[in-house]
Amino acid sequence: MFAASQNTPNSGWAAKAVAFFKDRLKEKDAHTWVPSLNDVPLHYLKPNSLVKFRCFIQDMFDPEFYMGTYEAVDPSTKAKVLRCGKYKDVTECGVDFNSRSTMTAERHTFYCVPIPGESPWVKEISSSGQARVVPSTSYAPTRQKRSYEEDDDDMDTDTQPQKQRDRFHAKSMHGQPHGNGDCKRREKEAPSSQAASASHLDLNFPLPGEKGPSCLLKVYEEWDGFKLNEAVEVFGILSVSPALSALADEDASSSLLDPAGGMETAEEQRVHSPPASLVPRLHMLHAKPLPHNNPLLPAAGLEDNNSAFLSSTLREMAAVRAELLAYFTHVLLGDALAAEYLILHLVSNVYTRRDVLPLGKFTLNLSGCPAVASFTERFYQIIQQLVPSSYYLGMTLQNMNQMRLVPKKDYVANRLLSGALQLATNTSLFLDESQLEQGQLDTTGVRNVTALGNLISWQKVDYDFSYHQMEFPCNINVLIASEGRSLLPSDCQIHLQSQVAPPDLEAYLGGIQVHPQASQLNKFRMYLSVARQLDYSIADEVTKSVEDDFVDMRKDDPQSISAEDLHRMLVVARLLSLSLGQTSLSRDSWLRAKHVEMLRRSRMEQNKCVNGNEP
Amino acid sequence: MSSPLSTPGGRKRGRTTNPSTPSSEGPTSPPFQRRRGQDSSTGDLMPMPTSPPTDVLSPAAPLDNSLFSSPRPSVPPNEVDMSSPLMYGTPSSRVEGTPRSGVRGTPARQRPDLGSVSKAPQVDLQSEPPSADGAVASEANAGQRLVIWGTDVNVGTCKEKFQRFLQRFIDPSSSEDENTGLDLNEPLYMQKLEEISVVGDPVLNVNCLHVQSFDAELYRQLICYPQEVIPTFDMAVNELFFERFPDSILEYQIQVRPYNALKTRNMRNLNPEDIDQLITISGMVIRTSQLIPEMQEAFFQCQVCAFSTRVEVDRGRIAEPAVCRHCNTTHSLALVHNRSLFSDKQMIKIQESPDDMPAGQTPHTTVVYAHNDLVDKVQPGDRINITGVYRAVPMRANPRQSNVKSVYKTHIDVIHFRKTDEKRLHGLDDAEQKLFTEERVQTLKELAAKPDVYERLASALAPSIYEHEDIKKGILLQLFGGTRKDFSQTGRGNFRADVNILLCGDPGTSKSQLLQYVFNLVPRGQYTSGKGSSAVGLTAYVMKDPETRQLVLQTGALVLSDNGICCIDEFDKMSDSTRSVLHEVMEQQTLSIAKAGIICQLNARTSVLAAANPIESQWNPKKTTIENIQLPHTLLSRFDLIFLMLDPQDEAYDRRLAHHLVSLYYQSEEQLEEEFLDMAMLRDYIAYARTYINPKLSEEASQALIEAYVDMRKIGSGRGMVSAYPRQLESLIRLAEAHSKVRFSEKVETIDVEEAKRLHREALKQSATDPRTGFVDISILTTGMSATARKRREEVAQALKKVIQAKGKTPAMKYHTLLEDLRRQSETAITKEMFDEALRALSDEDYLTVTGKTVRLLA
Repeated sequence: MFAASQNTPNSGWAAKAVAFFKDRLKEKDAHTWVPSLNDVPLHYLKPNSLVKFRCFIQDMFDPEFYMGTYEAVDPSTKAKVLRCGKYKDVTECGVDFNSRSTMTAERHTFYCVPIPGESPWVKEISSSGQARVVPSTSYAPTRQKRSYEEDDDDMDTDTQPQKQRDRFHAKSMHGQPHGNGDCKRREKEAPSSQAASASHLDLNFPLPGEKGPSCLLKVYEEWDGFKLNEAVEVFGILSVSPALSALADEDASSSLLDPAGGMETAEEQRVHSPPASLVPRLHMLHAKPLPHNNPLLPAAGLEDNNSAFLSSTLREMAAVRAELLAYFTHVLLGDALAAEYLILHLVSNVYTRRDVLPLGKFTLNLSGCPAVASFTERFYQIIQQLVPSSYYLGMTLQNMNQMRLVPKKDYVANRLLSGALQLATNTSLFLDESQLEQGQLDTTGVRNVTALGNLISWQKVDYDFSYHQMEFPCNINVLIASEGRSLLPSDCQIHLQSQVAPPDLEAYLGGIQVHPQASQLNKFRMYLSVARQLDYSIADEVTKSVEDDFVDMRKDDPQSISAEDLHRMLVVARLLSLSLGQTSLSRDSWLRAKHVEMLRRSRMEQNKCVNGNEP
Repeated sequence: MSSPLSTPGGRKRGRTTNPSTPSSEGPTSPPFQRRRGQDSSTGDLMPMPTSPPTDVLSPAAPLDNSLFSSPRPSVPPNEVDMSSPLMYGTPSSRVEGTPRSGVRGTPARQRPDLGSVSKAPQVDLQSEPPSADGAVASEANAGQRLVIWGTDVNVGTCKEKFQRFLQRFIDPSSSEDENTGLDLNEPLYMQKLEEISVVGDPVLNVNCLHVQSFDAELYRQLICYPQEVIPTFDMAVNELFFERFPDSILEYQIQVRPYNALKTRNMRNLNPEDIDQLITISGMVIRTSQLIPEMQEAFFQCQVCAFSTRVEVDRGRIAEPAVCRHCNTTHSLALVHNRSLFSDKQMIKIQESPDDMPAGQTPHTTVVYAHNDLVDKVQPGDRINITGVYRAVPMRANPRQSNVKSVYKTHIDVIHFRKTDEKRLHGLDDAEQKLFTEERVQTLKELAAKPDVYERLASALAPSIYEHEDIKKGILLQLFGGTRKDFSQTGRGNFRADVNILLCGDPGTSKSQLLQYVFNLVPRGQYTSGKGSSAVGLTAYVMKDPETRQLVLQTGALVLSDNGICCIDEFDKMSDSTRSVLHEVMEQQTLSIAKAGIICQLNARTSVLAAANPIESQWNPKKTTIENIQLPHTLLSRFDLIFLMLDPQDEAYDRRLAHHLVSLYYQSEEQLEEEFLDMAMLRDYIAYARTYINPKLSEEASQALIEAYVDMRKIGSGRGMVSAYPRQLESLIRLAEAHSKVRFSEKVETIDVEEAKRLHREALKQSATDPRTGFVDISILTTGMSATARKRREEVAQALKKVIQAKGKTPAMKYHTLLEDLRRQSETAITKEMFDEALRALSDEDYLTVTGKTVRLLA
């Protein structure tokens, strides 16, 4: 259907096609019948078919000019045919470069990776609801052992089959996607993608140890609307033409002979045109930004046409919250106050910025974590079970001194080398400071710690562009687990008070791991995501009473509360209301926030006395 | 020789003027777009024994003569030269002064930046119905309806127009630094030609804006068809030059280098329509390649009979002759490298400058090719404006594959570089003059006309930070800065025009936030933290480039924020050595470096906005500023304004603060927009004022300043102390100037002085109040000690002297007994510190010496 529409290169088709796809994708089940690049292995997908990809824009390459329309000579009939180059990587045979009808157009390329730190459960759930692409019957696994090099070889040596294949290929692009040539191609693709998954090519994932397809997204319109580090769901046409990789090889090898042609360095070549079997090209038809990547929630935002869903969840919210609180209390060694703060932290979200000040962030420093039995790691696993994306960063000296946290521009390869702080909105970053031991931080270490500090205080990361730095705002929930007070700044510190006697600790911690049932987990997951998305307002009369409260408190003891404390209390009140499913601040919530804060502060005082070395 | 076969076939034009023209000429060329810059045009500096006859030495010549079918009466003299078998020698070997040293005599240097134009076929417009092109149609000379294929450029007309431009263009208001020393009322470019004849550097830089103001049509042609028009310009200028200076000898013919094409485009705005047009973009060099010798012409020699032949490089390929024409041996020809012709080429990558980018996107890069003498003109890190021709070439096709990638590679063939930061190092002006649209200027002026503009702007500054009106006002004035004055002629050097501000106060009073805001507001701001920065990071350091092994000077925060603001947080936590570099920067505004064989003085005309915490973490109101922050007073006195940010602790304040904070959390974005000016507006306002407003002191204002200064001196003199120094007067002047800049006023008036005085007093009141007496005492800042403290020290010393004298002739005394004695005698309590100070004062007078625990009299 798509190919048919593309065959007629009249001017209006592009807009029509995009509109057509947009319409189709609006339908309720639209997202289920399009196979997703996230779940389906690349070699099961048909080339030049419609796929979707839930991804994260890691880098933006330079714009490229391509032949929007061009004239080609049909090899068999020798007739000139007008062709369209949109949504394609490779032109068809016999391009007439002198033709007057050649039109140059512009498109942008984004390098996309799967959302960094996406929790396993998200992948699982979203893939279960998907249309499985059944591998076609002609897929012959017997040839799997053929290496990529071999493939290359025969492309280079025997030109005749290559040509033939291209013709097949060309045909298949023209309306017979199920054609013979297609299968043939796919069987060639499959082994290479597997062989190369462990290859030398650095796919530039922000987080170490990530896997998954990355792709080069070609954007044809409204590219200005996309931002770096944005999570989007893209619907587009998959292109894995082997010609792309062949061309790349050719270019790289010939660059020595022809200095004028090969101005790009070998690295740059490798990065910007990696083999299509590893990094497929995706020609975008339609994309929508993802406000969240929780598959349990309706994909569209909460605002439109989901009022039924919203109201039902809102009704349940208080109940779910109570359950979650109980669960967290259990996890946090029976400390209900800490559990309360943990919930607040997990629903926090930078909702706006006032000039440089991000509002709504709530970095929590959970101090007093028991140093035994890898409590922090278990704790992280529990959080990972609940939030859609998260990352555990053990702040060991080695990590701090060696890891690349801040993305850096690599001018040789002309790309942005990713760092662990290049994360999508609302990712939970778990900093385990209990891993930190005494020792020396070197320059990188200091820089990394500064970057973390900046991230927490201003919610921004200064990317290193070597000649200058560039500031990218972010929205990351940072949770610091430490034994004493953290060396990093935080919005709020709470000292864990274990209700469990130390001898039982080991056994107790062993029991933490037992997860609640799947249905309950899903409820929690949904709850946290929804609470974060709610709107919030403060009524005038509440404002008044808040102001009065503040003045009163100051009157009693000016030292007791500062402007910063008020800031925090306002955030706590906001999060508290949201966590209860209330979209505006009530007097009760305010009092409760005040109460909670008071408890926390008194605990801090108490704690100060306990170990005097606290600053 | 120029092959008439190749055509500008693959050229993509947004607009083709002659749609039905020469299909016969076009498609003979091979199917790929011609690679411009690789077609060789013959002729170079190198004298070649077998070089073809002179008339083809210059790529311009064929255009001149062979391709023109119509007579061109405008340039008759060339016809004569045509036949003469000229110029086989190097320029220097040429007989000087012969009538032949003229256009024809000087070898043309090829312009790989433009490709060779000689091949452009011309089209006779007369055979067609009159086109819409007024320029060609209106040409009086009806015989000259020839235009270059694919364009509407008529060579003769174009040449004439350009010569007219050169001869007549006068720009009396020119302020470019390149034109210094030229008479502004004489034709500008004729003077430049004269300069060329004297200096011998055959490059003529032409400002496109001048062309535009002189002849818009010519300008349009230049922009649209640079490849054709610029060689025409070359021709024109050479004719003119050698007509005027027939005797001058140049290395090669003059090349015209246009720059400043209409608008300096953002790299992001380049789109397919700009291909093959003249563009100017700005950016920063990030990488330069090594020099690439590009073969222009291959030299083959027969192994058998030594017959030699030349083959032009065509689209990156050399067609090796299979048969020797002379002896008919096949495959006997071998390439002789050192007799082939090469030209220099360099790939340069430039990146969008950070100021041009929309938020949340990564900068774009563009490849630029520099040719011949433009090679190695720029270094990575330079900020430059590039004028050049934007090109797109299809990706190299695989010869074995019929499929090609449908993507073009784009690059810019550079014609002219202009460093934007070069001026910053030498000149005085702000180099990057932001261009404002008419409407923007109008809105800015309207805003400036409002009576409360000062207050408005101050409140727009960091709206999320509550109150501290005076501090915001101070920072606002800092953003505007004073007027820069140059006294270097009289030996006093530059006067500092930048205002330095120090904020000190309790932790948690949003000092850092204020700094962050300012850092984000100004285009050239730097933010460092005292804890994290070393002297090296602030100033500059020398490092070895890993690739070239060259020593490279890397500039630090202070140099980078030249003409901007350097925000230094945690100023008190800075190490002493780091702080010491600030001394020079904050008064002389330069930075001297002498390390690793690099000795230089860099400009660091930066305003410093620093924040410091009190030493005891809480401000101690019983102590002076110096005692509270423990900074050397030499440094403190370099701050124009020192503000204390303290928690005022009163109910009304609390209420307003609470209201402010709460509203911060519930007001929507739009509501706030209404209340305050947005950041962009503020930024533009400041940029405009900084660029265009240079206020001067009016008579009344200077009187007011004098009075203010005298008053300040008087305040103290009654109590035997000096409350103002010339530095304070300078501060006052700067502040007054900045305030008049806020009003967009070219004159500093009394109200400006009043405000400066008020602000200065406010700042003083906060920071220089002597906690013992409650008086403002400037000497706290200038000497680190209040006058009363100094007076008391004097008294103690005198008392001690009396005690010692009372003891009579004892040459040595015990330290402790002396202290006891003094304590007994004095009415006030004497601390050990006071006693020590008194001893030190007396030993300074050479009255006694202290060794260990004994005190010896000297007299």
